[in-house]
Amino acid sequence: MADQLICQCRKRLSKAFEVEADLRIPLDRAPVTVLFGPSGSGKTTLLRMLAGLERPDAGSIVFRETAWFDGARALDLPPQQRRAGFLFQDYALFPHLTVAENVSYAAPRETAGKLLDAFGLAELAGSKPRAISGGQQQRVALARALAAAPALLLLDEPLSALDAATRSRTRHELRRMLLASGVPSIVVTHDRMEAVALGDWMAVMVDGRIRQSGPVQEVFGRPADLQVAESVGVENVLSAEIVGRESGLLLLRVSGPAGEARIQCVDSGETGPVFACIRAEDVAITREMHQVSSARNRLAGRVRSVIGEGALARVDLDCGFPLVALVTAQSAGELGLREGERVSAVVKATAVHLAAHTGA
Amino acid sequence: MDWQAIWLSVRLAASTTVILSALGLPIAYWLTFSPRRWKFLVEALVALPLVLPPTVLGFYLLLAMGPRSPLGALYAKLTGGMLPFSFQGLLVASVLYSFPFTVQPVAAAFAGVDRKLLEASWCLGVSRAATFRRVIVPLSLPGIATGAILSFAHTLGEFGVVLMVGGNIAGVTRTVSISIYDSVQGLNYGAAAATSLFLLCVSFSVLALTYALGRRVWTVWPIN
Repeated sequence: MADQLICQCRKRLSKAFEVEADLRIPLDRAPVTVLFGPSGSGKTTLLRMLAGLERPDAGSIVFRETAWFDGARALDLPPQQRRAGFLFQDYALFPHLTVAENVSYAAPRETAGKLLDAFGLAELAGSKPRAISGGQQQRVALARALAAAPALLLLDEPLSALDAATRSRTRHELRRMLLASGVPSIVVTHDRMEAVALGDWMAVMVDGRIRQSGPVQEVFGRPADLQVAESVGVENVLSAEIVGRESGLLLLRVSGPAGEARIQCVDSGETGPVFACIRAEDVAITREMHQVSSARNRLAGRVRSVIGEGALARVDLDCGFPLVALVTAQSAGELGLREGERVSAVVKATAVHLAAHTGA
Repeated sequence: MDWQAIWLSVRLAASTTVILSALGLPIAYWLTFSPRRWKFLVEALVALPLVLPPTVLGFYLLLAMGPRSPLGALYAKLTGGMLPFSFQGLLVASVLYSFPFTVQPVAAAFAGVDRKLLEASWCLGVSRAATFRRVIVPLSLPGIATGAILSFAHTLGEFGVVLMVGGNIAGVTRTVSISIYDSVQGLNYGAAAATSLFLLCVSFSVLALTYALGRRVWTVWPIN
């Protein structure tokens, strides 16, 4: 497994906060890695340590079998020798240079010219950075970084400086450009839609630690613990107790302030008190009240509110505990969901993920 | 008007400005970017001529340059001449006396350059020295110009240090301000008035130019 980025390092930022990152990215399988986490979780610090802009207190960083940092050997390659292109949140274009001069700042004119063409910047070549739009600035910054032939690209919240409309348009364009460049990338974001749109691999950082990493779908679908679940935005995190175990399935008692229900899920070896995590997309709503199949969890409840979110509708249910469902606006209309109505929520056993209760 | 003295002062001020630009930029860079804890001591040392009476500075310089001091002896050995009461001696004194006038505006300009731009340059594989030349200096040009103009103007008008170190030798060490003092002592008010007016006009023009460059003259030390 040579094609890896392995980062195990520590840096104390204040008395109360320490970044202690243990990150391993299989670069061959993950062209774009998303470093995801809430604001202030230490993502940017980790990215700066990878770039060589911030010195870890201890640990090591190894990129494709080359040591970039090794606290034990007092080895600390300067940013110039790591060849890690860094995209700053506000792009940090040189204000006294034109677009073309920015892109050719550390590259032969020919390389820079090709990139200007490829990124659709040829017409802006003579403009100063402050005269072009945010989206264009982003492309210039990316072109400038790629012109220097980096071994790794590090992007710090690359879309946050753009307005909302441009941002959603740019997401896919950015992913396309990153894939086309052939340079493995690490993108810092706190936006879950961005994470899904951009990443192949995902590492979730909470309170200075990498809590989970893996393919994006896996991390979203199976958060490792409650804090990961909360930060990746699993809407339903229910307090539950294991009350039975049979033929590969667990029977849970989910209890809330106004009642309790039993649901089944796949036995993954948990014991004791747990959190049952269910993504809102995995909760279906039906008006049929009778039992259909034993493998399906059917929870009786009342509609508390229906809020349209574009093509989707977020339905808040009261099943004795709050449960959020995300259905298409169309099916919400067909069901004629109104406040106070009795419905059933159906959740597949495989859509219920357990996270250990401890340490939350 | 004492054109000889004016010409001497202009030569002295120009030489001082050139030397200070060469010395001041690296020192300002070090003061701005060094992580050393004790750099406040160097900051204080550089700023000292702002508060120290010129006669005190002149006195110490005279002692240091004298033929009996190691420095003066070394200079005599190398050049066969003496620093006190010479143009070279005045130059050394002026450089020290105008140091903060170059270093402070330049350091403030350096500190005002967005650090991310430097980091962006480093990450593109460009060395620290090249980054200084290609990013920091071009973006600090107004501050560097301010430093040069202030040093020039300050040297043009200095009196105490010059008198202590250089004395009053026509064509060698008699600068504009000494010439004015000399005229007043000799009750030659007409000559004093003409030279004074000349100096006033030059000083005002220089300050106006500095403000026109968009910088404050009395910048505080950069915070970093």
